[in-house]
Amino acid sequence: MSDLVKNIFRLFIFVLVQVYVLNKIPHLHRYIVPYLYFLFVLWLPFSINRLGLLLAAFAGGLLLDYFTNTPGLHAAACVLVAYARPFIINILIPKDTNEFNYREPSPGALGWAPYSVYVLILTILHNTYLLLLEYLHFGTFLDFLMKVLTTTAISLLLIFTTELLFTRKVKYRTNTA
Amino acid sequence: MRNILLFIRRYFTFVAFLVLQFIALWMLFNYNRFHRTVGLGVANQFTGTINKQVDRLDDYFHQGEENKRVHRTNDSLLNLLKNNFYYPDTIKRTVTDTVMIDSVRGVRRYYWLDAKVVYNTVNFDKNYLQLDRGSKYGIKDNMAVLSSEGYVVGVVVNVSPNFSQVMGLLHVQSSVSASLKNAGESGRVEWDGKDPKIIILEGIPKNIPVKIGDTVVTSKYSYNFPPEKIIGTVSGIANDPATGFYLLRVRPAVNFSSVQQVFVVENLQREEQEQLEKDTEKKIDQQKGKTQ
Repeated sequence: MSDLVKNIFRLFIFVLVQVYVLNKIPHLHRYIVPYLYFLFVLWLPFSINRLGLLLAAFAGGLLLDYFTNTPGLHAAACVLVAYARPFIINILIPKDTNEFNYREPSPGALGWAPYSVYVLILTILHNTYLLLLEYLHFGTFLDFLMKVLTTTAISLLLIFTTELLFTRKVKYRTNTA
Repeated sequence: MRNILLFIRRYFTFVAFLVLQFIALWMLFNYNRFHRTVGLGVANQFTGTINKQVDRLDDYFHQGEENKRVHRTNDSLLNLLKNNFYYPDTIKRTVTDTVMIDSVRGVRRYYWLDAKVVYNTVNFDKNYLQLDRGSKYGIKDNMAVLSSEGYVVGVVVNVSPNFSQVMGLLHVQSSVSASLKNAGESGRVEWDGKDPKIIILEGIPKNIPVKIGDTVVTSKYSYNFPPEKIIGTVSGIANDPATGFYLLRVRPAVNFSSVQQVFVVENLQREEQEQLEKDTEKKIDQQKGKTQ
């Protein structure tokens, strides 16, 4: 399966899971809103160029927005994540690129510790920005801070569960692909 | 000029990032205007079709519960049938008499349409419901939405040809005019975005006796809702320190996480009422202008 087809497929799966499973789980507490869909942006291949990355994230966020009736909200957060992603990857991957030839970010490619840092930073970024935009419409500052903390914790839990349940085969960059 | 082009080329991704952010935020903050003009109607059709398919599957898990609810509603309606009552002769005559006289014939004020909820959340600050009926079926903005038992669900805020979006009681911008059934005093029901099991009734003066368990119904002055439809029951009483009013916590009668079949109710006289209100304002303003 080519990268393009695979990622389009992934986007739809993530959005459907977010809309029909995570958004519909019974209300546990007002701080608990599970977000997982942006893992789609985190899993895009290394080789994608930066403009493509931004556009893909924008499209993905907007697709979710149309389901949740909030045009632009998730798109804005996704674009921010996509913009920050290359900077964080540059810090985390080894400088000697000849030895580094994996296709996409995964625990296998980066190692668990750097991958966790990568996920943690982008999750905090995504949730902070998303909840900030929500907070501008409604809410109090303390609620906003608590929500950032709890949603980030829940998102991390979901992301690592996903990583453990659906281990992706570590793919190498080849000349043919 | 060349420098500008070089600058743009150098910071191309950053510019692209800013442009996309701007588009997203523009869409978000111009939500209402944007909504009417482009895109979302079509997008609504698309998401609606998927929602409908998922909902058909979801229905199987709730059918028993829904059946019971409908049966109970039927039961309450059967009890209202005329042949359950015995009318002594004299009274019966007066009833038929008045019905025959033209001038007292009833005018239909509310028209009920059935619809089905295809998507619904309770986890957010702004929870919308999506119904499987749209403008093709006669659904318009501002129509009231009641559950199959006749309890208040929300108000239609947007329609596309085949689907419509409902702002439920669990939406921080929702505000429904309500009154206490016993006292008759009216206020507004709103939501603070915290607990979906608690909505807030504001505007009831402190001199009114209120007990836990009192029924909260829609007010007689509402343009959207038929009067005396149950919203919920009072579950907690607190005083608003800033004003002379209560802050009553109300438990909604509808279970929002399981609402399936609903009625959409149109107030057929709404336009006339609104027109009259507008005309009155104009008329009074003109009179003021004359006297000064």
